[in-house]
Amino acid sequence: MTQLTTPHPSVLGREAARDFVDRELLPVADRFDADRAIPREFREAVAGLGYFGANISPTFGGAGASALAWGAIHEEFGRGCSSMRSLLTVHAMVAWAIERHGSAAQREEWLPRLASGEIQAAFCLSEHEAGSDTAAIATTARRVAGGWRIDGTKAWTTGGAVAGLFLVFAQCDDAIATFLVPAGPATVPVPVDDLLGTRASFVADIVFDDVLVPDEARLGPRGFSSAFLLTSILDVGRFSVASGSVGITQGCLDASVEHSTRRSIGGRPLADYQLTQAKLADMATSVVAGRALCERAASLKDAGDPASVTGTWMAKYFTARAAAQAATDAVQLHGAAGCRDSHRVARYYRDAKVMEIIEGSNEVQQLVIAGNLRGATGR
Amino acid sequence: MTEPARDIRDFILARYPHVQLDDDQDIFEIGFINSLFATELVMYVESTFSVLIPNEELTLDNFRSVRAAADLVQRLTDPREAVS
Repeated sequence: MTQLTTPHPSVLGREAARDFVDRELLPVADRFDADRAIPREFREAVAGLGYFGANISPTFGGAGASALAWGAIHEEFGRGCSSMRSLLTVHAMVAWAIERHGSAAQREEWLPRLASGEIQAAFCLSEHEAGSDTAAIATTARRVAGGWRIDGTKAWTTGGAVAGLFLVFAQCDDAIATFLVPAGPATVPVPVDDLLGTRASFVADIVFDDVLVPDEARLGPRGFSSAFLLTSILDVGRFSVASGSVGITQGCLDASVEHSTRRSIGGRPLADYQLTQAKLADMATSVVAGRALCERAASLKDAGDPASVTGTWMAKYFTARAAAQAATDAVQLHGAAGCRDSHRVARYYRDAKVMEIIEGSNEVQQLVIAGNLRGATGR
Repeated sequence: MTEPARDIRDFILARYPHVQLDDDQDIFEIGFINSLFATELVMYVESTFSVLIPNEELTLDNFRSVRAAADLVQRLTDPREAVS
């Protein structure tokens, strides 16, 4: 059982998150990765510190963190363990959706339990044949007496194997609708146990086997609202991934500085060689630049500025690519040691690749960013 | 004091300056507008006019044109609407 060694009175600051990550998470993250699981006791400890409720209003028992503070927390967790950060991410996405679009009854029923971490939430959009293309979603919600029957299989559900609540996108008549579905006998997780990265994030396919939910389980109306809801939820997740990617880059830098000053070649520390210094300089610059992009996006979010949407796309595009490059360089600097699956930089390398794909791949980010330019030029 | 139709029109034209836009034109027929810009437009309306758009008003028709969005702002900020 994980025992926290130090009380952490605040989750709102970077310092508290950094301290927790250094003391409690980094020392065990490689083991989590190898075990492909984060123990329940550790997740409960994280919940006890309030991190699952960081973005939920104090009205419902959360910390009410600003985007700036929330991003700093997710950067630190990303530095420690992308799997743990991913669990916080999907949980926060669902919490945000309920707080922004839920009914008063839905907010009162779910948010206090999500804020305390009593239950974990997961986000069910992707399907094997549809990806995240909502137009191709095959999961259905059929109107029946007293509610809805949901039937279908969702893929790549982060946290799906341990979640107590699912936010499910389903075809409902001629439009997409969203439902809050508690885990139960008819929601069957099928763990995905051969992931390249974020191996401890409990990714699973979720089979919804004709699940009956009441009318009140529907979140918001259908149609345009669902499209807005989806775009907004993914924006929350994208910002977390961007921040976590800065953390990966920082982690690569920290490991590489430590290794290159300790390891000697030809009687001189590796860090004395200019080719090593070039890699360290690139990593350090990427950390500062990526953090600046995330903090810009966060400030825009906190101001309610619509430019935050594009700002978040740019932040995620830059930071995910930077993390992948930093991880490549970190493995290179560590040589054969870095090629061991159990090495921290190998974990960063695998996790960083995932960051280039989730919440909008690098290529999709490019298309969106360029698309805005296309609108501006009228071509 | 802001004038909703003017502000909303300016916001759209800032992103799509080459578009000929009148207040009744269907902006979703322009061709470039996607769900991301629609999200930005919702955020713009909420932050500029200090309103929270309820789920039932988050409809395509309420954002289909400059006039429709301005009418939405009018409804959400008119105290008589709140009373009724």
